[in-house]
Amino acid sequence: MEIVFALAIGVLSGSGVWLLLRPRTFQVVMGLALLSYAVNLFIFGMGRLAVGRPPIINADNAVDPALYADPVPQALVLTAIVIGFATTALLLVVLLAARGLTGTDHVDGREPD
Amino acid sequence: MAFAMNIWLQHLPVLPIVVPLFAGAALLLFTESHRRLRGAIAVIATLAQLAIAITLLSMTTDAVSSIWPNGIGVYAIGSWPAPFGIVLVVDRLSALMLTLVAALALAALVYSLARWERVGVHYHSLFQFLLMGLNGAFLTGDLFNLFVFFEVLLAASYGLLLHGSGVTRVKSGLHYIVVNLVASLLFLIGAAMIYGVTGTLNMADLAVRIAVLTAADRGLFDAGAAILGVAFLVKAGSWPLNFWLPSAYSAAGAPVAAVFSIMTKVGVYAVLRIGSLLALSNAPAPFAGQWLLVVGLATIVFGGAGMLSANQLSRLIGFAVIVSSGTVLAAVGLDAERLTAPALFYLLTSALATGAFFMLTGMTERTRMQVSEVADAAPLPPVTYNAFESEEPPRAPDDEVGIAIPAAMAFLGLAFIFCVVLVTGLPPLSGFLAKFALLSTAIGAPGEVSVATWMLVAALLATGLAGLIALARIGMRLFWSPTQRMTPRLRVIEAGPVAFLILLCVGATIGAGPLMTYLDAAARTLHAPRTYVDAVLAPESVGALIETGAGR
Repeated sequence: MEIVFALAIGVLSGSGVWLLLRPRTFQVVMGLALLSYAVNLFIFGMGRLAVGRPPIINADNAVDPALYADPVPQALVLTAIVIGFATTALLLVVLLAARGLTGTDHVDGREPD
Repeated sequence: MAFAMNIWLQHLPVLPIVVPLFAGAALLLFTESHRRLRGAIAVIATLAQLAIAITLLSMTTDAVSSIWPNGIGVYAIGSWPAPFGIVLVVDRLSALMLTLVAALALAALVYSLARWERVGVHYHSLFQFLLMGLNGAFLTGDLFNLFVFFEVLLAASYGLLLHGSGVTRVKSGLHYIVVNLVASLLFLIGAAMIYGVTGTLNMADLAVRIAVLTAADRGLFDAGAAILGVAFLVKAGSWPLNFWLPSAYSAAGAPVAAVFSIMTKVGVYAVLRIGSLLALSNAPAPFAGQWLLVVGLATIVFGGAGMLSANQLSRLIGFAVIVSSGTVLAAVGLDAERLTAPALFYLLTSALATGAFFMLTGMTERTRMQVSEVADAAPLPPVTYNAFESEEPPRAPDDEVGIAIPAAMAFLGLAFIFCVVLVTGLPPLSGFLAKFALLSTAIGAPGEVSVATWMLVAALLATGLAGLIALARIGMRLFWSPTQRMTPRLRVIEAGPVAFLILLCVGATIGAGPLMTYLDAAARTLHAPRTYVDAVLAPESVGALIETGAGR
């Protein structure tokens, strides 16, 4: 599972960085989105990967931390998703404004000579 | 009565976050037509923040030491004890930064009431949210909470940068947003790695736990800390991560750019704060020592060269902001223990001076334009106003109302000279005192004066000269050129804030003695991370204090 997880993060961030370095604004937005997915998975992975372990302690069972998943990274991912979602939406608006004002979708606002 | 007072003082550290939050939210309720009311609310909220910051500043000194031992106040949000809940920590450094933010923000806000608030929607709300993010970043004692406040201030700054719209703003805004989003992703990676290795996000707890890491984990931790450091350096505007900064700052409206000049200092503050806590267990590299020195020196040189090459005043000041960040970083990298206090003095005066300078630029630009052209903001497409349900589309700024000040050109020229003297560090003002304190402390260090010290001395003096040459060139073109120019009508609320910031710098010059004493104490607290850790992790932090206080 760790290998698949790590490969997924690697592929996502590799594609993300490549797209980020492209000259068109839409590619940049897609690159940022892919990168933020990779980062979210990464944060999640930092809580250690486990199957079938709840993050909330059940008082009926023994309170042994080994039986539970770490809830903190899950909370962090939630925050990061919300913030990333909002900023991507804002960036999309700026992208459209730039397209409308400059007449091109190049990131520098003008076509290279 | 005394008891009620005590409760208020204990809850004081959270107010710099709560006041702008509520003020900003309340401002959303009023439409654009209630201009006076909105302005009044915004000014009152900012004044309140200034008062709170000054109170906190006095509470961190020994004057009221009975409340906060060692001048470190810890506020546990929701009374959750330290490593589990989020804490806010006020020490001399953060109180100082809060005061700086509030003073600069008050000046910029009053300035913007003259024209700037009208060229777009929701200016005041965004402004308050920016202040909330700045205050929170200076107060928080939790790594992830720091990320959240960074995002709050960045989200607000995106809106403020685009305030007024126009091709230049949107173009440079796009670069600014993308660069900062990538930096935020790096921040997240660094914070997640640190959490994965140490299992904590509380900065004080972190400082303790690094010491007990195994060698393998230590490598991972250092990598995480390095990534975090890169994220901070992007915010601080250090070379080679700062190419976005001059165009973004020069595209922003004058009052917005003035507040932005404190935003790079958030990155510098984060480097200082985390670096001092990590120093407790001897390391890691990215926050101190050679690396920081080299990055700082390169930043100074880049900024100096940029000042020489800039042909637009606002762009030039953007490079001056870069120089100021680089100077602080290089000084901390050279000798954190001894140079922090003079570097903070430098940070203080350069932030105030660049803030004043940006606002001055907004006024000098008008000497070369007709009044009708002053609104360089292209009007927003009508759809925007419908979306925000604004009743009247904001009018282009005009010079109809307000009291004009006499001798406008004389004021502009005088203010320009003061700003040049402050930014380039010429005697007799505080810019000179700060540079002098920095250099004399660096050279006066015991033992042989190292090559690195001489490099810092050379870089500082050379950029001072470069800045002087560049500013003199632009100043001559602005004030002495024979071409047509018109004398602008300057209103009191525009000229006043610039004069206020310059007077603050003059005050820092006259009161340099007491100020340096305070800064020395701030640097000592910063470089005694053990006291910080003990204060945060102590069982009798504020929550417990309130309980015992209630029983009394």
